[in-house]
Amino acid sequence: MEQKKYWKGLEELHNTASHQEAVANEFRDELPFEESESLLNATTPRRDFLKYLGFTTAAATIAASCEIPVKKAIPYVNKPEDITPGVPNLYASTYVQDGEFVPVVVKTREGRPIKIEGNDLSTVTGGSTTARVQGSVLGLYDVARLRFPAINSKPGNKDGLQEQGFAEIDKAILAALAGKTAVLLTSTITSPSTKKVIGEFLAKYPGSRHVTYDTVSYAGMILANEASYGKRALPSYHFENAKVVVNFGADFLGTWLNPAEFTKQFGETRKINQAKPEMSKHFAFESTMSLTGANADERYTHRPSELGAVVLNLYAALGGAVSAPAISDARLKEGIAKAAKAIKENQGKTLVVAGSNDVNIQIIVNAINNLAGANGTTIDWNTTANYRQGIDSDMVKLVEDMNAGTVGALLVYGANPVYDYFDAAKFKAGLAKVATTISFNDRYDETTELVKYIVPAHHYLESWGDVEAKSGYYSFIQPTIAPLFKTRAFEQSLLTWTSNPTVWEDYLKSAWIAKLGSQEAWDKALQDGVIEPATAPALGGATFSGNVADAAAKIPTKKGGELELVLYEKVAIGNGKEANNPWLQEMPDPITRSTWDNYALISNTLAKKLNSRVLGDDYEIHAEKKVLKIKANGKEVELPLLILPGIHKEVIAIAVGYGRGKKENIGKAAGEVGQNAYPFVSFNGTTFDYFSTSATAEDAGKMYPIGLTQTHNSYEGRPIVKETTLEEFIKNPKEVNADREALEHYGKDFRRDATLYRDQHTNLGIKWGMSIDLNTCFGCGACTIACQAENNVSVVGKEQVVLAHEMHWLRIDRYFSGDENNPEVVFQPMLCQHCDNAPCENVCPVAATNHSSEGINQMAYNRCIGTRYCANNCPYKVRRFNWRDWNGADSFEGNLHDTGDMNDDLTRMVLNPDVVVRARGTMEKCSFCVQRLQDAKLAAKKAGHPMKDGAAKTACQQACSADAIVFGNVNDKDSAIYKLRNELQTDRLYYVLEETHVLPSINYLAKIRNKDAAPKAEAHGHGAEAHKEAAHH
Amino acid sequence: MYRRVSIRLRKHFVSVFILCAGLVLSTLTVSAADPAAGKALFQANCASCHNVHKKLTGPALAGVEGRWADKKLLHAWIKNSQKVLATGDKYANDLYLAYNKTAMTSFESFTDADIDNILAYVADEEKKGAAGPKVEGTATAAAADDSSSNSLIFGIVTLILAVVAIILMQINSNLHKLAADKTGDKVPEPVPFYRNKAYIALVIVILFMVGGYFTIQGAIGLGRQQDYMPEQPIFYSHKVHAGINQINCLYCHSSAEKGKVAMIPSENVCMNCHKAINEYTGPDLFTAEGKKVNGTAEIHKLYDAIGWDASAQKYTKPGKPIEWVKIHNLPDHVYFNHSQHVVAGKVQCQTCHGPIQEMDEVHQFADLSMGWCVNCHRTTKVQFADNKYYSIFEKLHEDIKNKKIDSVTVEMVGGTECQKCHY
Repeated sequence: MEQKKYWKGLEELHNTASHQEAVANEFRDELPFEESESLLNATTPRRDFLKYLGFTTAAATIAASCEIPVKKAIPYVNKPEDITPGVPNLYASTYVQDGEFVPVVVKTREGRPIKIEGNDLSTVTGGSTTARVQGSVLGLYDVARLRFPAINSKPGNKDGLQEQGFAEIDKAILAALAGKTAVLLTSTITSPSTKKVIGEFLAKYPGSRHVTYDTVSYAGMILANEASYGKRALPSYHFENAKVVVNFGADFLGTWLNPAEFTKQFGETRKINQAKPEMSKHFAFESTMSLTGANADERYTHRPSELGAVVLNLYAALGGAVSAPAISDARLKEGIAKAAKAIKENQGKTLVVAGSNDVNIQIIVNAINNLAGANGTTIDWNTTANYRQGIDSDMVKLVEDMNAGTVGALLVYGANPVYDYFDAAKFKAGLAKVATTISFNDRYDETTELVKYIVPAHHYLESWGDVEAKSGYYSFIQPTIAPLFKTRAFEQSLLTWTSNPTVWEDYLKSAWIAKLGSQEAWDKALQDGVIEPATAPALGGATFSGNVADAAAKIPTKKGGELELVLYEKVAIGNGKEANNPWLQEMPDPITRSTWDNYALISNTLAKKLNSRVLGDDYEIHAEKKVLKIKANGKEVELPLLILPGIHKEVIAIAVGYGRGKKENIGKAAGEVGQNAYPFVSFNGTTFDYFSTSATAEDAGKMYPIGLTQTHNSYEGRPIVKETTLEEFIKNPKEVNADREALEHYGKDFRRDATLYRDQHTNLGIKWGMSIDLNTCFGCGACTIACQAENNVSVVGKEQVVLAHEMHWLRIDRYFSGDENNPEVVFQPMLCQHCDNAPCENVCPVAATNHSSEGINQMAYNRCIGTRYCANNCPYKVRRFNWRDWNGADSFEGNLHDTGDMNDDLTRMVLNPDVVVRARGTMEKCSFCVQRLQDAKLAAKKAGHPMKDGAAKTACQQACSADAIVFGNVNDKDSAIYKLRNELQTDRLYYVLEETHVLPSINYLAKIRNKDAAPKAEAHGHGAEAHKEAAHH
Repeated sequence: MYRRVSIRLRKHFVSVFILCAGLVLSTLTVSAADPAAGKALFQANCASCHNVHKKLTGPALAGVEGRWADKKLLHAWIKNSQKVLATGDKYANDLYLAYNKTAMTSFESFTDADIDNILAYVADEEKKGAAGPKVEGTATAAAADDSSSNSLIFGIVTLILAVVAIILMQINSNLHKLAADKTGDKVPEPVPFYRNKAYIALVIVILFMVGGYFTIQGAIGLGRQQDYMPEQPIFYSHKVHAGINQINCLYCHSSAEKGKVAMIPSENVCMNCHKAINEYTGPDLFTAEGKKVNGTAEIHKLYDAIGWDASAQKYTKPGKPIEWVKIHNLPDHVYFNHSQHVVAGKVQCQTCHGPIQEMDEVHQFADLSMGWCVNCHRTTKVQFADNKYYSIFEKLHEDIKNKKIDSVTVEMVGGTECQKCHY
């Protein structure tokens, strides 16, 4: 099989001069001596040198100071029985954000939460997490959180907050609420007990109502389900039962409804059993490139305005009685035909999902699912999901009412319409007409800025609560730390204002004890974190009774303008509510690999059309981006443009969730970052549309830098990814690893025979090894954030990312291949490979990095003197250098480079006390979570038995929803990693850059695409050759 | 180095002394009941509520056997007081009422012999009178510190030899001069030795080496604080607790078995005993500076901190933590786990903390340097045969079987690698 060419961007594809130059520079920036020119030209550089030397030596001596500070050790007065210093306690809880829910286990140390893992006991999410779940622990320690109940005397100015006691503010609010009709405006609430409290509150104030407003609405689906099945709800999806998934722009692996759950399910269908290879086939039709689309086997693009036509065509192709508009794009047409064929062949094993918020399109999708026999097999109506409940017209009506002056009081909880409502100005105008306004939001956000009373609610890690995210499936929220600030549970406030003296905790507890029958049952429920039906209810369908003809007629057929605009959510930032999280802001977006900003994504074709001179293939190399002025729906925004291969060539895509308010109100990480794209949303009379069929873009004549990590390192064209098609793999399973045969040239055992130095590292007891399956890695980034939380990985900030100083120990490389307009995508998690013959080890002049008997490439930070030779010599480019003092680990106080308040005393509570923070001038990298390995070994040692497989898990492995990462002791013949390497996955297994004989401890499993044609050799031969030449300069 | 040798010697001396004393005692007391065994039982089980001479939670035990009509009944009472109360015994019921119906803990596990031993101990103590326990001979002075005399001799010899060498060199140069005079060779005017370049160079080299040595030693010693003995907020004597009263280290430092820190006990742990023990009656205590310490006053400092009213026998104030000065400080980049050493390694506390049971005020015994850690890891044997964890080291088991090695040290299973402690 001919080696495919993989590229990170167009500059690499075309091997431009700038790319070659960037590759040649290991460390992008010059040494930070601005005065170096003058120093060398000065008349007495030697004396100056001596002066500097003398000064620094003296300064270091003084700073080091021989005085040893007196340290105190202060024990408890009365030690809580279940806290042992240094030993973590785990509590089950549930992450809930806007209806997205993930049962979790929270790890606390000495009473403070430091890490979040998935709860394995939940059959819905099965222990999976997402980047945002992993990052939510940092949200607890957010410096920008409101710290007390207050009256807002100067709207928009946080200094104007007048602190109140709860009793005082309750009195004021009770007086202000008396006799008024109140509207409670919240995001989706999945808690049955909270809903009960809301019901009681509304009853107390007659005429009041509860409006659910979802920032990113799913009302189209809910209403379509009502029209199709008579159920105003969402069903449970079962991707694990689907042999064919047809996806119309639903980013179910990244942001759609509950991605942790769907990633787990979809991952099940992508695992390859070598003995009997089969996997699901995933078709994606979308306008921009989403994470889910990037993982599709067959991917087609269309304009947002064409979605109706595409859906109708598929329906027609399946035999639906509808006249579908013609589609001109031949490739798209072919894709629809292919999808239809696959659906027909897999009747009852198909799932069609759409991200559209249009009722009529969703009705057609329901009709397609009905034809495909999905009801009762991949779509379950016996167990419904409560993930989103907002109906857009309710919100529009509320804004009308507010403006009409018929709303007496507005209580806002978890919603921020001043920021994310499409007509924020109208909402603001209405808000001014409401007499009593109250916010429960956690920070002084755009809406809270304008209300009168602020009664901040707890973070979920401080709260009591229950969740019924799916009917019959309960999970619980319990506090893992006492409230950090003077905040109060939202439910407690409502209870108080209902004049109910019950404490919320008791309210919840007594309701559950009554339901479960005993205190013991409640304790167990809290300990497990979930209550689920003893046997999973059978999947059930629903009778489709939608009016397809009517829906088809209503789908707008208006042809779009020259350009169209589509809004999307980024995997890390989502709808923007958790945006003030430096970890998530700095997590490279899986597709664009950029950090800290939103931008206008356009195709290369469009870029060249806009300005062919500047926007050439070299564009991605440079951080400075051209700014575009984009107009649509009568709104205008200026955003830097980023070229994304694979986006439809007449589409501009912009991420929502950015452009939050002032830094001092929202927080340093999210405040004033990017531009707000929500104004581009429009209301079509029934639901919100997250696209515009007519947009214009023009050069704003400015430049703006973007922290793009994708081009920071290069493999210089060496083959590191392997892939094949399912068809090919079944026919000839060995083919994907055909090049490994060349290694036999060295002898029978490549490891031993290909070197002069035999038997270098003998692993007596344990030899750690990891396997990463490229077929089930979807690139979601949960592992990156899990690693960051576990290992105290520093946040560097955008300016430093631009300088290629990012610190992530685990990055997920994204490679394109094939046609530059419709590329295929591969995600490859890249971390220290723990080579047994490591190139970094033998160049270290001080032996700060060396090899352990367990196969770990160890890094002794305090020995490191920062020569960076190791990073230079690492073929995988996984070593990270501390260019600045990110953590205050230096003796020099002024050295600290802080981003997003990461060094505030409050934020530092998130640090893992078992892992040291690294000082400036030292190198660091993945340690295989050695602290966890040591802990697992110690537990086994203390118990006096050999370590069991699975006792030691790395943070990335535990975070992965799709179980792409397997880790363990390769010397243990019963371990999963041993079996995988020696029995189960021998055909797909390969090591990256194996031929260099660095002997990595991490193996990868080749990616398999379930597509029809074998990958064609691309016409870039000369490019690749030239490239190799350049690499061997 | 010398210091450590001397301490080791002292330790041997003490253990031999204790051994001999134990042998003598065991031969002397051949009676049926064993007060020594009774003392251990008493301290472990009874002392938190009873004293021989004083009334605490329970009555003073002096004369207890006389007060009970029947020894059998007394035995029954100790084993399970509630059963005796149920029989309606008058003395028992009166006693129960007199102590506010505080039920005595049941000791069903005690054999009659155990109880006899305890009673024998009580009787013994009673005979000794209320003056309080006498301390049986403190460990006498350590063996003479003779290791330093060697170096003194070496030093003197070196000095003498150096003087002799200088004299000989002077003579040599004088003879040269004389010889030159005789032959009439013209010699340059002799320079005094302090202006002689060779001497000056020699002195500079020596100074440089000596100075360098001390600079480097000083630099290595930066941040180390062996023998650090800060003044603590309460004069807490480990000698009194762990030495004289033989309280197990893990009673207070309970998390040494569970986690990475041994943990300074919280105040409620102190109060387990000090609710009952409200005065110090042991041998006089002195600070390192020789100042006499009032032990009872120190106990009352604890009461102040936790808010205990000793006369009312109840907590009257909210407690505040005691701010102890931390003695053993490891740098942040070192991971040390007590439970690893105590449970898995079965290392004695004293191995690193020194003869803690003899310290009134604790000082840092070891220098806690990396060299000290590594040296121990090189020589200490792991529980290789006993702990099944090590069964995975098949090759080492093979080597033991084949007599290639006789035991496995920590180093042999990777115990000196960087990331065993640094991560």
